[in-house]
Amino acid sequence: MRNIWIIAKREYDHYFISPIAYVVGFMILLVVGIIFAMTILYFMQNAFQLFGQAPEITQITGAFGFLLVLTIPALTMRLLADEARMGTLELLLTAPVRDFELVAGKWLGGLLFVLTILAITIVYPIILDNLVTPGIDWQLTLSSYLGVILLAASFLALGVGISAVFTNQIAAFFLTLSIFVFLWWLVGFPAQILQGPASEVFRYLDMQSHFYDGFNRGIIYLTDVVYFFSLIALGLFIGTTAVEIRRWR
Amino acid sequence: MIQVNGLTKDYGARRAIDNLSFDAEQGEIVGFLGPNGAGKTTTMRILTGYMPPTDGTATVAGYDIVEESIEVRRRVGYLPETVPLYNDMTALEYLKFMADLRHIPNPEERAYETLEGVNLKDRANSYIGTFSKGMRQRIGLAQALIHRPEVLILDEPTIGLDPAQVVEMRNVIREIGKDRTVLLSTHILSEAQQICDRVLIINKGRIVTEDTPENLQSRLVGAQRVVIRVRGDSDGLNEKVSKVKGVRAVVSKQDGSVEFEFSAGEDSRPQVAKAVVQAGFDLLEMRPVGLSLEEIFLELTRDNATNKKSS
Repeated sequence: MRNIWIIAKREYDHYFISPIAYVVGFMILLVVGIIFAMTILYFMQNAFQLFGQAPEITQITGAFGFLLVLTIPALTMRLLADEARMGTLELLLTAPVRDFELVAGKWLGGLLFVLTILAITIVYPIILDNLVTPGIDWQLTLSSYLGVILLAASFLALGVGISAVFTNQIAAFFLTLSIFVFLWWLVGFPAQILQGPASEVFRYLDMQSHFYDGFNRGIIYLTDVVYFFSLIALGLFIGTTAVEIRRWR
Repeated sequence: MIQVNGLTKDYGARRAIDNLSFDAEQGEIVGFLGPNGAGKTTTMRILTGYMPPTDGTATVAGYDIVEESIEVRRRVGYLPETVPLYNDMTALEYLKFMADLRHIPNPEERAYETLEGVNLKDRANSYIGTFSKGMRQRIGLAQALIHRPEVLILDEPTIGLDPAQVVEMRNVIREIGKDRTVLLSTHILSEAQQICDRVLIINKGRIVTEDTPENLQSRLVGAQRVVIRVRGDSDGLNEKVSKVKGVRAVVSKQDGSVEFEFSAGEDSRPQVAKAVVQAGFDLLEMRPVGLSLEEIFLELTRDNATNKKSS
C-alpha cells in the first residue's frame, strides 16, 4: 500500500512538470467553462419557455465525462511505455516493489491529477447554487461527480494497462483512444441493431449509458458501479500481466 | 553472499546463459569478464530479480531469487548498463524517490549523505538531464548505494567515462568492496585485474575459467614474448637466439626483427642480449610483446566457441 502511494505521488508531481498535463487541464477547464456560461445564458434568455426550470450541474459533469474520452489517452500513454523506453523500468522492477503496486501506483497518480482538475470545477455548482432558487440539487451533484470519478478511474486503469504493453507512447495513445471510442460510441450501435441476449451484452458494455443514464441523472445503480469497478480491475490486471510478461522476455 | 547454481536462461530459441554456477563471499569483488553478448547482463538481471531464470537456482544474501524476490531486491543495489535516470528530476528528488521506495527513514538526509559519497552534493538541485556522462554514472551508483545494500551489482560501471573518471570510479568500487559483496561486469581485462579479487571469464553463456587475477595472469600468460631488433641484416640471428637456454620458440618477423618466447619465471633476456651482441649484431631494440592477456583471452573464448561447435 505504501509503495503504491510513493509511486502515485511521484507520478502526480510529474504531471505538473509535463506540458501535456497542462494542455489537458487547460482544455478541459476551458470547454467546461464555456459550456457552463452558455448554459446559464440559455436558461436566462429562455426562462419563459422553460417554465422557470433551473439549469442543473449535470451539464458540466456530462461534458467533463465526454472530454475524458479524448484527454485520458494523453495522460496515460507515457505512464509505463516511457519507463520502458528510458530504461527506468529496470530500476522500478529491481526495486522492492510488486508489479501490481507499480501499476496501481501509476493509475492512482493519474487519478489524483484528474481529481485535481475536477476539484477546480466545483466552483460551478457553487456559483449555480447562488444563482437559482431554492438552490441546486446537491444529491444529484454528488452522484454526477461520483460518476465522473468512476469514469475517470476506469479510463485511467485501461490507459495504464495499455501503456504497460507498449514501449512506444504514440502506439499506446492510439490504441487507448480506439478502445475508448469503441466503448463510448461504437458499442451502442450493435446494441440497437441486434436482438436478444447479444443486444443485452452490448448494451451492458456501453459506457455512455452507465454514466448518463445512471450517475448523471442522480441514480446510482449497482450494475453501473459493478461495471466501472470491473473495468478498473481489468485495466490494472492487463497492466500487471504486461509488466510480468516483460520480465520473461 | 551470492550462490548461483546451474543458472540457465533462454530467450526463445537462443540460450543466453547456460548452466552457470559460481559464488561470491562477503567483502569480495568479483569481476565478470567477457565479450559483449556473453551473458553478463542477463546473469545480473536474474540476480537482481529483474527476470526469472529458465532453469537453475540462485540465492543472494540467503534469499532465493525467485521465491523471495522482494527480499533479494531489498538487499541488492543495482546499476544497470544504461543508467536508469529521470532527466526531469533533480539529483536530490531522484535519490529521495529511490530512498522512499526502499522505505528509508529520513529519505532527504540519506539522499544528501549518498550524494556526498559520490561527490555530487554541490549539484543536488540540478536537473539530471543537464548532467555529464560521468555524473550520470555517479548518480546511478548513488541510487544503487542509497539503502546500504549487502550486495552491489554493477553492469559495466566504467563504460563511457573519461580516464580520470574511470580511476575515480574504480577507487569508489574498491572502497565499497571492502565490507560488501560486489559483482561487476566489464569487457576490459586490465580493469578486472585492477579491481577484482576474483575474475570469472564468461563466454557464450558459460564460465570459461575462474581465478584470482594474479593466478589468471600466470596461468594464462604461461610464456612471455620478446621482440628483438638489430641493425642491418638479421640472417643467423634466429639460430643464435634459439641456442640460448630457456628460449622456447623463435620466430623471424618480416621486418627483420625476431620474436622469441620463454617460460614465465625464467627470464632469459640478459642471456639473449649477450648472445646477440657476442655474435656481432648491433642490438637496437628489445621489448616485451604486450603481455598479450588480450590475445589469450581471445584464444580462450575462441576455443570455447569451436568446442561448442564440435560437440
